[in-house]
Amino acid sequence: MTEKQQWIGQSVNRLEDPPLVTGRGRFIADISFPHQLHMRVVRSACAHGRIVSIDTSEAKAAPGVYAVWAAADIPEVPPIDFREGRIERLEPYRQPVLAQKYVRYVGEPIAVVFADDAYRAEDAADLVTVEVEELPPLMAADAPPGEFEPGRTTTAEIVRQGYGDVDSVFRTAPTIVELDLAVGRHSGVPLETRGALARYDSARDLLEFHGAAKVPHRNREAIARMLGRGLAGVHMYEGNVGGGFGIRGELYPEDVLVCVAAMRFERPIKWIEDRREHLIAANHSRQQRHRIRAAVDEAGRILAIDDEFFHDQGAYLRTHGVRVPHMTCGILPGPYRVPAYRAVGYVRLTNKTPAATYRAPGRYESSFVRERLIDAIGHKLGIDPNDVRRRNAITPAEMPYARPLEALGEEIEYDSGDYIGLLDKALAAARWTELQASLARRRAQGEAVGAGLALFVEKSGLGPTDGVRITVDTGGSVEVVTGGASIGQGIETVVAQICAETLGVDYRGIRVVHGRTDQIEHGIGAHASRATVMTGSATHSAALQLRDKAIDIAAELMQTSKDALDIIDGKVVRRDAPGGASMALGDIARHLAPGSKTRGEREPGLSVTGWFTTDHQVYPYGVHIAVVRVDRDTGGVAVEKYLAAYDIGRAVNPALVRGQIAGGFAQGLGGALYEEFVYDKQGQPLAVTFADYLLPTMGETPAIEILLAEDAPSPCNPLGIKGAGESGINPVGAAIASAIDAAIGIPGAVRQLPVTPTRLRAILKAHAERR
Amino acid sequence: MSAKREIALEINGRRYAVAVEPRRLLADVIRDDCALTGTHIGCEHGVCGACTILVDGDPVRSCLMFAVQARGKKIRTVEGLAAGKELHPLQAAFIAEHGLQCGFCTPGFLMLAVALLERDPDIDEARLLEALSANLCRCTGYDAIIKAVCAAAMARRS
Repeated sequence: MTEKQQWIGQSVNRLEDPPLVTGRGRFIADISFPHQLHMRVVRSACAHGRIVSIDTSEAKAAPGVYAVWAAADIPEVPPIDFREGRIERLEPYRQPVLAQKYVRYVGEPIAVVFADDAYRAEDAADLVTVEVEELPPLMAADAPPGEFEPGRTTTAEIVRQGYGDVDSVFRTAPTIVELDLAVGRHSGVPLETRGALARYDSARDLLEFHGAAKVPHRNREAIARMLGRGLAGVHMYEGNVGGGFGIRGELYPEDVLVCVAAMRFERPIKWIEDRREHLIAANHSRQQRHRIRAAVDEAGRILAIDDEFFHDQGAYLRTHGVRVPHMTCGILPGPYRVPAYRAVGYVRLTNKTPAATYRAPGRYESSFVRERLIDAIGHKLGIDPNDVRRRNAITPAEMPYARPLEALGEEIEYDSGDYIGLLDKALAAARWTELQASLARRRAQGEAVGAGLALFVEKSGLGPTDGVRITVDTGGSVEVVTGGASIGQGIETVVAQICAETLGVDYRGIRVVHGRTDQIEHGIGAHASRATVMTGSATHSAALQLRDKAIDIAAELMQTSKDALDIIDGKVVRRDAPGGASMALGDIARHLAPGSKTRGEREPGLSVTGWFTTDHQVYPYGVHIAVVRVDRDTGGVAVEKYLAAYDIGRAVNPALVRGQIAGGFAQGLGGALYEEFVYDKQGQPLAVTFADYLLPTMGETPAIEILLAEDAPSPCNPLGIKGAGESGINPVGAAIASAIDAAIGIPGAVRQLPVTPTRLRAILKAHAERR
Repeated sequence: MSAKREIALEINGRRYAVAVEPRRLLADVIRDDCALTGTHIGCEHGVCGACTILVDGDPVRSCLMFAVQARGKKIRTVEGLAAGKELHPLQAAFIAEHGLQCGFCTPGFLMLAVALLERDPDIDEARLLEALSANLCRCTGYDAIIKAVCAAAMARRS
C-alpha cells in the first residue's frame, strides 16, 4: 500500500461485532468465579412505612444459605455518595444501601441473602419476614410537600437559574402564552439487566468489581471512599455491557453490597438483577410537570420565559444529586434568544423508585416543553410556528453564544451552529410544503394525519480532561488503553479509527482497552455523549505524538530528515518513495526497547500518553420532523414518517452515528407514546414487566430518514467532533406531540407524555363535548 | 425443590450430560451447566426474546422451558451458527448492516431469523417484520436488524 488510508469518516464495520454475533461476548452474567455466592435482594413491598421488625431466622436456616443481612449487619456502610463529591445540605436525602428506619418505595432493598445457588438464594429471600407500619405515600411531586423524616420536608432542593428582570418584562408584554405540561416517568431499560460480581483477594488486599459500566473510574473512587480503602486496593472491570442509556453504571446499593460481602466473606459475590427488580430498582427518570409562560411581541419574538416545574425525584437523591433538574433549567431555552429568563424547579421526593439520568436527561423534557411553547406562540399570534423558530433562533453570526446559565457545572456557551440553515435543510428534505398539502388533502378526506417539527440544541463532550495511552509492541501490534467505557455504542471502533488514521495503521489491527482501572489511572467513562469528543480527541493527541516518536528515530536510522517520512499501513516510508525502503513500527519499537543501543537518549518504548483538555462542552443541534396518523376510535398513534436532521460537526463513523440516532429515536418514541412507570394510589408500581412497561417493538418503530450534516465542526477540538449519543431521542416527544396536534386539528392538545390511547381518546372526547 | 435429575441435552450437535433440578430453566442450564453463555436472559418471562434458541428447528424462549423438557430434543444456539471461522450469512449481515449495538439481544434475533429463513426462504419483508416483532431491541431502532435479515434472505435466494 502506498496511499495513506483514510479511516475517519468511514462507515467501517465494528471491531466489537464478531464476538457479539457468535455468542462470545462477556456480559456480567456470563462471568463466574470459583466458590462464588449468589446474592438476592429482599425488597420493600410497601411504598412508605416505618420498619417494625425484620426476621431473618428462617431464611438463615434455609438450604444453601451462607448469610442474611439487614441494615443492622452493616452499620459501617454509609449511604450512596453523590458522584461529584459532598453536597452537605443534600446528604440526608441519600439512599442507605439497606433500608434503616423507613421504607420509601416499593423495591427498596431491605435485606440481602447470600447462598450457594441463585435459585436457593431466591427461595430463602422469600422467607425473610419484614413487618412495616404503613405510612401514607406521597405520589405526586406537584402536591403539597410532606415529611421526609422528622424536621425535613420532601422538597429536597429548589433549583434556580435565570437572568434579567423577568417580572417587569411580563408586566408590559404585549402577549403572554402560558402552558401546563407534563412528561411521564420513563427509563433507559437496557435489555441486559444490571449485575455485579465482586471478589476480594485478601493476600493482596485487593477488591475487584466486575460488571462496571459507564463511569468505572468514578465508581472506583466512590467505592474506595465508602469502604475506607485506598484507591490502589480497588479495581473495576468492564466486560460487555448490554446497553447503558444513562441509567446503567451509576453506583447502586447492590454494587456496594457485593463489595462489602466479598470482603467480609472472602468469597466472590455475584448478583444478577431480574427484570421485575430492574423496573422498580434501577433509576427512573424524566417525570416533570412544567408551568411555563412566555412573553412575546406581535411578531412572535420571545421577550422572556418564566418556568416553574416540579421534578418527581422518587424516594431518594441518588448519585446525580439534583443535576437533572438543574440541567433542565440551563438547557431549556435551547436554540432561541431569550432576553430574560427564569426557571425554578422544585425537586420533590415521592414514594417511587428514585430518579436520575436517562439519555438526554433534562433535554427530552425541556425540548418537549420549549417546542410546545413555540407551537403555542405561533397559534396564538397566527404565525407559522416555524417562522417563530426562525425569528428567535440564534444565528451563526452570534456564535459562540454564551448565556449566563449552567449545564453540568459549566457555563453554557454554544460553540458553533446554523440552526436556521439546518431547519431549512430539514424542511427541504421532508418536502415540507408538498407534505403539508398532501396531509391537508388526506385530512379533508377524513383521515387524522399531521406533521410536527421540533428544533433543539444538544450538549456533548463534557470535559475537562481525558488521557489515552497508545503502545506499539515489538511485533507491531497497536494497543490503545483508554479510561473510556463501552456501553455498546461502538467506542472501540471509533477510537481505533482515529488512532489508525492519525498514526498510519489499519484500524482492524488495533486493540482498544477500556473500562479497566488497573490499566489506566484516569478515565471519564461513557456518558454525556462525551466519549468520541473527549476520548477520541485524546486518542488523536496520543497518536500524533506516537507518530512523531516513531518518525524521529526512523529518520536517524534511515538517514533522512523527519519531514521526508510518513507512516503508511504500519510502516515508516519516504514520502517521495512510499514503495521503497521502509521500517515497520514493530522494528522501531525494538529500536526503542529499554536495552536497545540505538535508542540513544530517547525515552524507552514506543508508547505515548496523550491528553486532551477542554474548557467547554460542545453543542450539536438538530431538527426532527414527524408525520403521524391517529386512529380516532382507538386513540392509537402510528408514526408514518420521521426525519432526523442533525449537525454532528464531524462524523468519525457515519453508520455508527446513524445507529445512535435511529436507536435514540426508538426510545424517544417509547417515551412519547408507550412507556410509563405508573403507580396506584398506594404507591404500588403497575409497570413491573415488559407486558406493562411497553418498549416499542419492530412493529411500532418505523425506519427513519437521517440527514447528517457536518456544517458546523466544533472549534473546541482538533477533529471538530460533536457527540451523537443523545440527539436521536432529545426532541422526539416534542415532534410527535406537535404532529398529533396537527393530525387531530386541535392546537395544543397534547400536554402530557406519553400520549397513550386512553389519554388521546380523552382529548378527543373533551374536544367533542366542548363543540 | 426436589432431587436433581440426570439428563442429556444435545446442543449444536454435541451431547451434554448434566444433573439438574426439575425446576431449572433451560436457559440457565444452557448458560451455567453447559457454559454456552451466548444465549442471554433479558426478562425471564418470555417477552423480550433474548433467550431465543431453536428446539427441533422451532424458535423457543429458553426462559419459558425447563431443561428436563428438552431431553431428547435437538437444540441449536448462537454458538452453533458459524462453521469454524466462517460466519453464518445472518451473522455477517448483522455486522455489515450495523444490526447490533450492545449485542445483548443479538443472539435471540439471530436464532429467530435463522428459524424464519430456514422455514420459509421466500418469506417477504412484511411477514419478517411481523415475526421479528416478537423480540425486543433497545439500541438499534430495529431498521438495521430488518435490513440485515432481508439482506441475508436475498443472499440466500441468489
